[in-house]
Amino acid sequence: MDVHRWLASACADADARGLPALKPLLETLARSTEALRRADAAFRHPALADESEPREKQP
Amino acid sequence: MTQTLPTSLTAAAALLERRQISPVELVRGCLERIEAKNAEANAFITVMADSARADAARAEAEIAHGRYLGPLHGIPVSIKDLIDVAGTPTTAGSAVPARTARHDAPVVANLRRAGAIVVGKTNLHEFAFGTTSDETAFGRIGNPYDPARSAGGSSGGAAVAIVEGMCLGSVGSDTGGSIRIPAAACGIVGLKPTVNELSCDGVVPLSPTLDHVGPMTRTAADAAAMFFAMIQGQNRGTIEPAPAQLRIGVPGPYFLEKLERGVREALARARGALEAARHRVEDVAIALAEHTPDVYLHISLPEAAWYHAPLLAQHAEAYSPGVRLRIEMGRTILAEDYVRAMHARTLLRASVDHALEGFDALLVPALAIPAPRFDERVVQVDGAAEPVRGMMLRLTQLFNITGHPAIALPAGRGEDGLPRGLQLVGHRGATARLLAVAMACEHQIAGGAGSVGGGTG
Repeated sequence: MDVHRWLASACADADARGLPALKPLLETLARSTEALRRADAAFRHPALADESEPREKQP
Repeated sequence: MTQTLPTSLTAAAALLERRQISPVELVRGCLERIEAKNAEANAFITVMADSARADAARAEAEIAHGRYLGPLHGIPVSIKDLIDVAGTPTTAGSAVPARTARHDAPVVANLRRAGAIVVGKTNLHEFAFGTTSDETAFGRIGNPYDPARSAGGSSGGAAVAIVEGMCLGSVGSDTGGSIRIPAAACGIVGLKPTVNELSCDGVVPLSPTLDHVGPMTRTAADAAAMFFAMIQGQNRGTIEPAPAQLRIGVPGPYFLEKLERGVREALARARGALEAARHRVEDVAIALAEHTPDVYLHISLPEAAWYHAPLLAQHAEAYSPGVRLRIEMGRTILAEDYVRAMHARTLLRASVDHALEGFDALLVPALAIPAPRFDERVVQVDGAAEPVRGMMLRLTQLFNITGHPAIALPAGRGEDGLPRGLQLVGHRGATARLLAVAMACEHQIAGGAGSVGGGTG
């Protein structure tokens, strides 16, 4: 799920549960989640491994 | 009589061993301080006066009969009130109904085995889920140097208990800095050992893969004595002396950004003092450190949500509003992002290992700002408005993620009279070596002043 859809869903759930004060925190969390996902390459996400290195064959 | 009591654990131990002071006198002095100051300080939730007096009388008799166990024998200590002490409620600082412990947590049992005397259980930021010790069902914990400011947290009561002479050693817990932050804010020593080195059984979890327990004391030698007792119930651990010339790395850039002026000056002063003492101090980088807050959030929040889900279902209204919201936030994090953060964790661990290569320890500030006022939510740092919570955690949480041992040491006081603290970070699995380094250079880091934690007997 992309972060925009996740945030919309989480904010709707907060409203439904009577927790509107949660929404600003969720917006801050969304920015952090986007930053973490943007760092996939820096953290050598295995699916983003250098294509010059051969991948191990899956069984 | 209380004015003459020693302030440091090891100083008291030396007197106890020579029978120049009695455990009964020590415990009486601590209980008198608690009685005199706790109503205002809110450091203790539960005071165990009767059992402490009985334990002190027993220790006095043992020592008198030549059965001195070592440096913890007869020493009054406190336990953070999210750690089980048999027969007492474990409140975790919350109005959520407490469990009554049937057994001592292993770290408490080990301290008792070494002869320590538990005088009570200390106040904390509710469920250890905060760093300012104002969200607690037992009264906010003010800083001994300015009660309008926080003692830091979450182990705020543990730090105040040391500063005010209410005990000679405290046991705290540290998930993102909760030992080192109040230690820095109050000018005492706080040790977070290597991950999993001290048992967290019998401890209310915040984030099980990030949680640590550790000692809070006045000096590094005191912390070493507590650490060895907590790890194995023994009074004498093996600690090799540090090399005469230490090699200390100072990491940047992340750890040198967003520092309040007094903290920056304390770091520069310590670096200069270490170099003047002929230690080698060099700049070093920790790769990927700038991602620390994002990785930390995506591990700590869902792990906290896991523990609290059943409690929230029954007692949601009993939580402090801010603590409840942070837990609720954790319930929304996707499994994909938790796994992403756990993967990043392995690389951050390797980054810190790499930065430590060739060094005895890394030197970084423990707390980027002095103790904040309770009414502050945002502070000005380097000309920018920064949220207090983020500033409190930003320099400590990396080492919870990676599991490296870290010890906060007093680094003098700023022009505002408030303590500043720096931390030394050691190699994983080498907490004893880190303690030796801390003992070798705490004087330089303190600017020659020693611990600023207290001054009251």
